[in-house]
Amino acid sequence: MDEKVIMAGFGGQGIMAMGKLLAYAGMLENKEVSWLPSYGPEMRGGTANCDVMVSDSMIGSPVISHDATAALIMNLPSLLKFEMDVLPGGKIIINKSLIDVETSRKDIDAYYVPVNELASELGNPKVANMVMLGAYVELTKIVQIESVLKAFVKVFGENKSHLVPLNKEALLKGAEAVKK
Amino acid sequence: MTIVYEKSKGLTDAQLHYCPGCTHGVIHKLVAEVLVELNILDDAIGVAPVGCSVLAYDYFSCDMQEASHGRAPAVATGIKRVLPENIVFTYQGDGDLASIGTAEIVHAAHRAEKITTIFVNNGIYGMTGGQMAPTTLVGQKATTAPLGRDEALCGKPIKISEMLATIDGARFVERVAVNTPANIRKAKKAIKKAFECQIKGEGFAIVEVLSTCPTNWGKTPVNALKWLEENMIPYYPLQNFRNFEEVK
Amino acid sequence: MAKVLMKGNEAVGAAAIKAGCKYFFGYPITPQSELPEYMSLELPKVGGVFLQAESELAAINMVYGAAGTGARVMTGSSSPGISLKQEGITYCAGAELPCVIVNMMRGGPGLGSIQPSQSDYFQATRGGGNGDYRTIVYAPSSIQETVDYVMEAFDKADLYRTPVLILADGMIGQMMEAVEFKEPKKIDLPEKDWSTTGTKGKRTHNIVNSLYLDSELLEKHNLKLEEKYKLIEEKEVIYESFGLEDADVVCVAYGTTSRIVKNAIKLSEEKGIKVGLIRPITLWPYPYEIFKKINPNAKGVLTVEMSTGQMIDDVKIAVEGKFPVYFNGRTGGMIPTPASILTDIEKIAGGIK
Repeated sequence: MDEKVIMAGFGGQGIMAMGKLLAYAGMLENKEVSWLPSYGPEMRGGTANCDVMVSDSMIGSPVISHDATAALIMNLPSLLKFEMDVLPGGKIIINKSLIDVETSRKDIDAYYVPVNELASELGNPKVANMVMLGAYVELTKIVQIESVLKAFVKVFGENKSHLVPLNKEALLKGAEAVKK
Repeated sequence: MTIVYEKSKGLTDAQLHYCPGCTHGVIHKLVAEVLVELNILDDAIGVAPVGCSVLAYDYFSCDMQEASHGRAPAVATGIKRVLPENIVFTYQGDGDLASIGTAEIVHAAHRAEKITTIFVNNGIYGMTGGQMAPTTLVGQKATTAPLGRDEALCGKPIKISEMLATIDGARFVERVAVNTPANIRKAKKAIKKAFECQIKGEGFAIVEVLSTCPTNWGKTPVNALKWLEENMIPYYPLQNFRNFEEVK
Repeated sequence: MAKVLMKGNEAVGAAAIKAGCKYFFGYPITPQSELPEYMSLELPKVGGVFLQAESELAAINMVYGAAGTGARVMTGSSSPGISLKQEGITYCAGAELPCVIVNMMRGGPGLGSIQPSQSDYFQATRGGGNGDYRTIVYAPSSIQETVDYVMEAFDKADLYRTPVLILADGMIGQMMEAVEFKEPKKIDLPEKDWSTTGTKGKRTHNIVNSLYLDSELLEKHNLKLEEKYKLIEEKEVIYESFGLEDADVVCVAYGTTSRIVKNAIKLSEEKGIKVGLIRPITLWPYPYEIFKKINPNAKGVLTVEMSTGQMIDDVKIAVEGKFPVYFNGRTGGMIPTPASILTDIEKIAGGIK
């Protein structure tokens, strides 16, 4: 197992947090992990993306260079920027709520999930990123949902643990969306 | 036989290298005496500058650090933040403090850094051979202002005490001179207050001491003292600008 | 202790505190600002002091003052800020003050960029400031190594009375990896009887100083420093290497780029090319000796850097003309790709005309 995931979207969509949760969950399962953010002068509203790796063996370069096993795409600019970086046979999950085009790639598995709508159904549009992550975890089984929830408390602190049930629902909702 | 006068224990036996008639020696003596009289010599850590008084670390008998040019207040900050119970002072000239080291002195004052600065202003770069300082008076000759300081080119001399007095963290600011016995006595009083300011944990304290440079001014020691009185004091008035005992 | 997921910059701070560093003087600069941010929160909890200086110049001189009292002290910055700190670093070297300085390199020259780079190699390994001096330079390639060598850096700084540099880049500073904080090794360190803490009336005054106006005395001081540097060269070289004895091609890379090279080596193996690696962990002292282990029939040595070629000078010194030395580098925040390195390896293995 050697997952290299690009996560990308607008600043504020919880891209970095989604990446951290996956990396932390992987670490809790004793896997090798890395999380590499893009960083720039813009603090809000710009594009945000990070490279996350989860592997059974030592991670070499933490940089994804045209060798992503998956891409989690939250907005249109990110689709255009990163769809070519996915390896043939890799996965791309596209936020159908904000992106009304399909990927131009024919050699990868594409999934279209309306993560914003699904999050809104749960009563909190902020958990759209968790819906996306849930879909990805379901497709790859890279980590257990429970590990993501444990990671949630580690990353955001005990005082956010009341949000665990909501985030669990969001993860499951995302998982369900790609099961069909 | 009774001892009526002896060299301060605050000074080592090293022979001073200062030029004849230079008033650095007097100022060293005043600082050393104050350290002894306040019983803080054993806890004192001094910071020497780059300039004529660069070798001050050999002359004061307390622990000393030699700073790079202008950075003595930053070095003193590093010391004081590790050893808040010790007494930390900088001894700096006008090239060091008023030119290259303005950022460091201003921010040390702003942080109300609990250090004491002795600022010796003789209006010229002494050690490097008489170049113009930011404190050189308009019209005063220097090797880099051979026709005298040109205000249109260089602006007016900087008044450090007046500037620092605008800063809340500077709890004691006074300008003195060492050109007459009476002024020397006043200078010592101010230096003592500046150390008391630190002992009481009030904040930053500075004493600007108007000093002579007979060699680079091209004057005899006596004429240099006279020149200081007639030219420097009118531009750099002797007065207390801030006193922690009065302002709160 | 269990592993935690930490950002490089924060891990540097945590490791420093674990190593007994209680004082940090810094100034914000991307991409290392999480280090002063972390220290401002954590140092007060251990009775230490974080101070945001008015400039990098002031920060390094505060380090000088604090180090002069014998305290464990650190500062951090990124390339342009390190240039400003060079003044204080040479003074620390001259006055033999132990301290640890972190450089999370970014593109240059000048203001350059804020993206990762390795273009401060010359500055770091040749002293950087004025005068005859060197600083120990650790170039970690993972967050775990960063943590381990930050702790080690404080010991070596104290042992040799010298500034020590941690030379990483924006990628190491910004990325997160799992890291374990091991208990620092206990080593015997000399008393800091030279430090300025007040004479207490019990000894003559200590002087922290780098000025020697008498030429004879300065030469004596220089030779004393040189003797120390020779000892460091003898004892403190650290590197990782593999596959040298039967290599067709040997890659040389440090820090971030060494990770990319490892990916390229994997790709080369799949193509049946034997590729060895030399990864200097100390950039000064440099592991010149290990180059003698390279297969005499190797076709060449490939240096990979995020610069236009700086470490390549040391590689050329190390191979003593026995192998052709090739270069693969990206600059300005661009990162070499495993594919481009593989292409170069294939060319070298095939015999470049």
